[in-house]
Amino acid sequence: MTTPSVTIGANDRSVRRVGVDVGGLVFAGALLFALLFSLAILAVLIWSQLAQALPVFAERGVDFLTSDLSSNPANAGVAQGLIGTALLVLIVALAAFPIGIMTAIYLEEYSGDNAFARFVDINIRNLAGVPSVVYGILGLTVFVALFASVGDGNGKTVISGGLTLAVLILPLVIITSAEAIRAVPDSLREAGFGLGASRWQVVRGLILPAAAPGILTGMVLSLSRAIGETAPLILVGAVLGSFSTGGSLEDLLTGPFTALPTIIFDWARKPQQEFQALTSAAIIVLLVVTVVTNAFAILLRNRYDRSW
Amino acid sequence: MTSTITGRSPLWVPDDGHESSPTATPTPVEAAVPAVIRLQDVSLYYGDFRAVNGITFDVPTHQITSIIGPSGSGKSTLLRSINRMNDLISGTRVEGKIMYHDEDLYASYVDPVEVRRRIGMVFQKPNPFPKSIYDNVAFGPRLNGFKGDLDGLVEASLRRAAIWNEVKDKLKQSGLSLSGGQQQRLCIARAIATDPEVILMDEPCSALDPRATLQIEQLMAEIKERYTIVIVTHNMQQAARASDKTIFLNMADDHAGYVVEQGPTVQIFTDPKQQLTEDYVSGRFG
Repeated sequence: MTTPSVTIGANDRSVRRVGVDVGGLVFAGALLFALLFSLAILAVLIWSQLAQALPVFAERGVDFLTSDLSSNPANAGVAQGLIGTALLVLIVALAAFPIGIMTAIYLEEYSGDNAFARFVDINIRNLAGVPSVVYGILGLTVFVALFASVGDGNGKTVISGGLTLAVLILPLVIITSAEAIRAVPDSLREAGFGLGASRWQVVRGLILPAAAPGILTGMVLSLSRAIGETAPLILVGAVLGSFSTGGSLEDLLTGPFTALPTIIFDWARKPQQEFQALTSAAIIVLLVVTVVTNAFAILLRNRYDRSW
Repeated sequence: MTSTITGRSPLWVPDDGHESSPTATPTPVEAAVPAVIRLQDVSLYYGDFRAVNGITFDVPTHQITSIIGPSGSGKSTLLRSINRMNDLISGTRVEGKIMYHDEDLYASYVDPVEVRRRIGMVFQKPNPFPKSIYDNVAFGPRLNGFKGDLDGLVEASLRRAAIWNEVKDKLKQSGLSLSGGQQQRLCIARAIATDPEVILMDEPCSALDPRATLQIEQLMAEIKERYTIVIVTHNMQQAARASDKTIFLNMADDHAGYVVEQGPTVQIFTDPKQQLTEDYVSGRFG
C-alpha cells in the first residue's frame, strides 16, 4: 500500500494555513493603536496636572482641602468648593433621580406606543443635547428669580444651582433608565402577568430589580456629568472670587455658594503663577471626587448585578 | 368502549348518527359533561388580520385537552386568549364568547388579573424568575397577600410538580441554576402555587429533551385530578399519549385557523372522521 502524498495546492481539501492574514493583522493593530492613543491622551492630561499639583499637596497637605477661598494663593483652599459640590450632588440626586426614573417607567411600561409617547421620546432626546449654558440661563430666569422673589436673598443659592443641574441631567437619567428597563426580556413580564400580577406588581417585583444595575449605571453617568458642569453654575451665580458664610446649614443653603468646577474656572483665569499650581491641585481634587462617586455607584450596581 | 391507549373510557363520545361538521359541535347529551371553559364561535383578530375563525369547543373539567395543528393555525393565539394574555398585545380583538363557569371572560366587568389567577399558564421556553427557587414559587401567593404557611405551600407546590426531592436542599439557589427540564417543572410549581382551576400549557416540552418531556407528561397525568389542563403541542405522539380530548386546528386559505375536528383522543388518532385529520395525524402534512 502506498502512502498518499499531500502537497499544497495539489489537494484542495487541505487545511494547511496559506500565507498570513495581513489585512486582519493590520486591522487589529489599528484598533490597538486607537486604544493606546486614547489612553495616552488621558495619561498626558492626568500627568500634566499631577506634576503641577503634587508640590501644592506636599507643601500644604490637608490645609488645602480645609481652607476657604482667598485672594492670597498661600491661603486659598477648596473647602467651600467641596461643600458646594457635595450639596449640589445631594440636591441633584434628590431632584432628578425619582422624577427621571418614574418618567422612564411610565414611558416604557404604562404608555402605549402612540403618537404622544413618540413625541415625548423625541423631545427628551433633543433636551439631552441642549448645551448646558442654556440650562444655566433657564436656571437664572426660573429658579434664581423664584427664590429671589420668595426669600430675602438674591436667589443665587446652591439650591438654585442644584435644581438647574437636576433639570440638565434629567433627560440623561430618563434615557438611561428607559434603556435599562427596555433591556429586561419580555419573557419575564409574560411570566409575571401569567401568574395574575397587576402591572404595578410586575414593575415593582420583577422589572425594577432586573433593571436596577442599568438604572444605577445611568445614575452614575448622570452624576458624573453634573459634578463637572461649570457654565450653568456660573450663570446661576456661583461666586467667583471669595466669600464667607456662617457655618449653619441654613446659611449654606440660602447664602452664596461655589463649587469645585467654578473654583477651577476662576483660578485658571488669575494672572499669578501660584494660582496655576492651585488650579492643577483643584483639578486633581475634582477628579478624585468624580472617581470616588463612580466607584461607590459601581459597587452598588455590582451588588444588584444579575446574570441572565 | 375503552381506549387502547389510555385504558380508560372516554368521557366524550361523538354521536354516530350525525355527519360530522368541520366545527363538530357537541350534541345536547354531551353538553352535560362538566366543562370549565367553553368557547362559542370565537374569532381572534390582530388589527384587521383574523387569526382564528369561528372556534367552538368545550374544555372538560379534570381532563387534558390538547390542541394540535400545523404552524400558523392559531393554536397559541387561541390558548392565550383563554387567560387574556393577548390583552398585552395592542390591537388584539375577540369576537364570540369564551365562557368560564358561565361567565364571559371578556365581559367589561371582568378583571384580567383575576382571570389569570384562576387560569394559569406555562410557556414554551421555561422562564423562571431570576430569584431563588423558593421566591419563584412564593411569588404568586405573595401577590395575593397570602398570610398562611408559605413554607408549606411552596413545599406542596414543588411536590406536586415532582421536583421537591431535587431542590429541597437548595431552595435559596437561583431558579436559573436548574436544568431545562427542572426549570419547566419549577414553572409548573409556580403556576400551581396560586391554586388555579385551569392550567394552560403552550408547547411546554418543545425546548426539552425526551426524558424531561416524559417527566412532564407523567406530571400532567398526576395533576389533572386537581386541575384542568389545556395543552398546545406540535408533537402528535405527545397529544396521543397524554391527552383525553384532542382538537385539531388547521389554517384555511385566508390564514385563519378553524376547527377541523374534535373528539376523544383515541378517536381522533385511530378513527378520524375528516380526511384532513387523517392526513395530519398520519404525517402527510404539517
